[in-house]
Amino acid sequence: MTCSDSAVLDTAATAPIHLERRWPKEGYTRIPNWVYTDPAIFQKEMDVFFAGQTWNYVGLECEVPETGSYKRNWIGNRPVIMVRTETGDVNVLENRCAHRGAQICWQNTGRVTDFTCPYHQWNYDLHGNLQGVPFRRGAMGKGGMPRDFDPKQNGIRKLRSVNRGGSIWATFSEEAPSFEDYCGPEVLAEIDHMLPGKPLKLLGYSRQLIPSNWKMYLENLKDPYHATLLHTFYITFGLWRADSKSECTPTGGGAHSVMVSHNEGKKKTEATTEMSRFRDDLELLDLETVTPRAEFNRGRVGGAWVFPAAQFGIQANSLKTRHVIPRSPTEHELVFTYYGYEDDDEEMTRLRLKHANLLGPAGFVSMDDSEMLNQVQIGVTGYPEARGIVEMGGRDTEPADYMVTEVLIRSFYDYYRKAMGL
Amino acid sequence: MTLTDLSDAPALRAQLRDFYDDYAFCLDEGRLEEWPDFFTEDCHYRVLSRENHDAGLPLGLIYCMNKNMVRDRVTALRETTMFEPRSLRHFISGVRVMELQGDHIVSQANFAVMESLSDREPSLNMVGRYLDVLRVTPDGLAISRRDCVYDNYRVRTSLIVPI
Repeated sequence: MTCSDSAVLDTAATAPIHLERRWPKEGYTRIPNWVYTDPAIFQKEMDVFFAGQTWNYVGLECEVPETGSYKRNWIGNRPVIMVRTETGDVNVLENRCAHRGAQICWQNTGRVTDFTCPYHQWNYDLHGNLQGVPFRRGAMGKGGMPRDFDPKQNGIRKLRSVNRGGSIWATFSEEAPSFEDYCGPEVLAEIDHMLPGKPLKLLGYSRQLIPSNWKMYLENLKDPYHATLLHTFYITFGLWRADSKSECTPTGGGAHSVMVSHNEGKKKTEATTEMSRFRDDLELLDLETVTPRAEFNRGRVGGAWVFPAAQFGIQANSLKTRHVIPRSPTEHELVFTYYGYEDDDEEMTRLRLKHANLLGPAGFVSMDDSEMLNQVQIGVTGYPEARGIVEMGGRDTEPADYMVTEVLIRSFYDYYRKAMGL
Repeated sequence: MTLTDLSDAPALRAQLRDFYDDYAFCLDEGRLEEWPDFFTEDCHYRVLSRENHDAGLPLGLIYCMNKNMVRDRVTALRETTMFEPRSLRHFISGVRVMELQGDHIVSQANFAVMESLSDREPSLNMVGRYLDVLRVTPDGLAISRRDCVYDNYRVRTSLIVPI
């Protein structure tokens, strides 16, 4: 080296990279920015949560209507398949050939009689049992698998799964509690409210790739405060307002949450003066876009976050599940699956499709969210050592019957720190 | 503008080409208030994924069931939506007449939309095709039905400006 200050550089180059991950001393009212950026944290989340003792949303039964119908999905970063079997049950399998690990399904949906890996054509039944290995006995008397190769020990792994009212859930863990115990009564009641066991009708999907950490989306759905300010459309047309009757209930030790409100229509109150983005003068030409037809929920909107990555809810007459697939520390995929009930009349189906304009990648009240999450990610990435504050509504984790609160985010980080050992 | 005789294929195609170019110009220049003028009162305008389209699933990310909903989209974008400023360019090619039905033209075209944000390289935001039914009116062509079927598996962040 010829540089005059090479001594300084040498010291820097040989110093070990040591990043101490210490949670701010204030506890769960602070969120260190590195939880949104650190690859080691991300990998630990994949192992502890998605591959651990959690139950994960895989899909709706109506997506696989016939024997052999399959749908591909992901639990965290692990590809899985749900498939309808001969008995009418739905299995959840790893989407990974036992041989060399190739995805055995590389299309989102389809219908098969059995699964054949495209690479070396190993063949499996709908339960993941290995049925055939081409050239198992070799060719022309040479090659082949060893005599003691046991197909029974080399199938595709079938996960523990349940069907709750037409929704399919799976866990990689044999030790996880039952799905019912995992959800707890409050979250289970929300799922049952949305899926009362009536046959469902699939209406379609929306998928978006959002350049932010997956937890930012989870927090967004645990944050009624932002919705009362950012989403002018919501506020103005009374779909979600700070002065509506509401409930924010952390459950499952803070992992899950129930967040609901009531559609009260357009109105002007004391609180609207604080909502700088309230627009009394704003009118829609087609008011039906924000006017639900009365149905089972009786004006109650919102829903439950089922940790780690699913939400069930209703907005106007639009019914959908939301599913988050973490892709990297700074990127997640968000999938909405829109559905109705098989017994919906034509008019109701039309309204469900119409009210889907409110949410999703082009939704009147969710375009803002994906735009903002990107901005938050850019901000925190530049300052991993800094931290966010979540003290709105106090410093506790008690259920709240009002909206201007961050209690669900606090409760979540209370849970998160313990689960992650941070 | 009067419309060329529908049986004059090259002239019709030229006129269609102009119509698609005018539409792209309107959106690229941010003249959103003029965007509803391209539609009939009873129009259907939908942006949907190829995934939904191919599976026969009706869900659209943007689903306007009449011209008032098209106008409301513009109001929402102008008045209520927070989004990062961007410029968009629509590249429309492969304009084809598929069928003539009375005063309706069934046509289709490819689109590609490039997005440029203030601090990043331009990127391909969306690519796909328009599946259209255009109506021949005394004032020229108008969109009676437009499905914007995009090939992207996922929308990049958000879909702000219509396709």
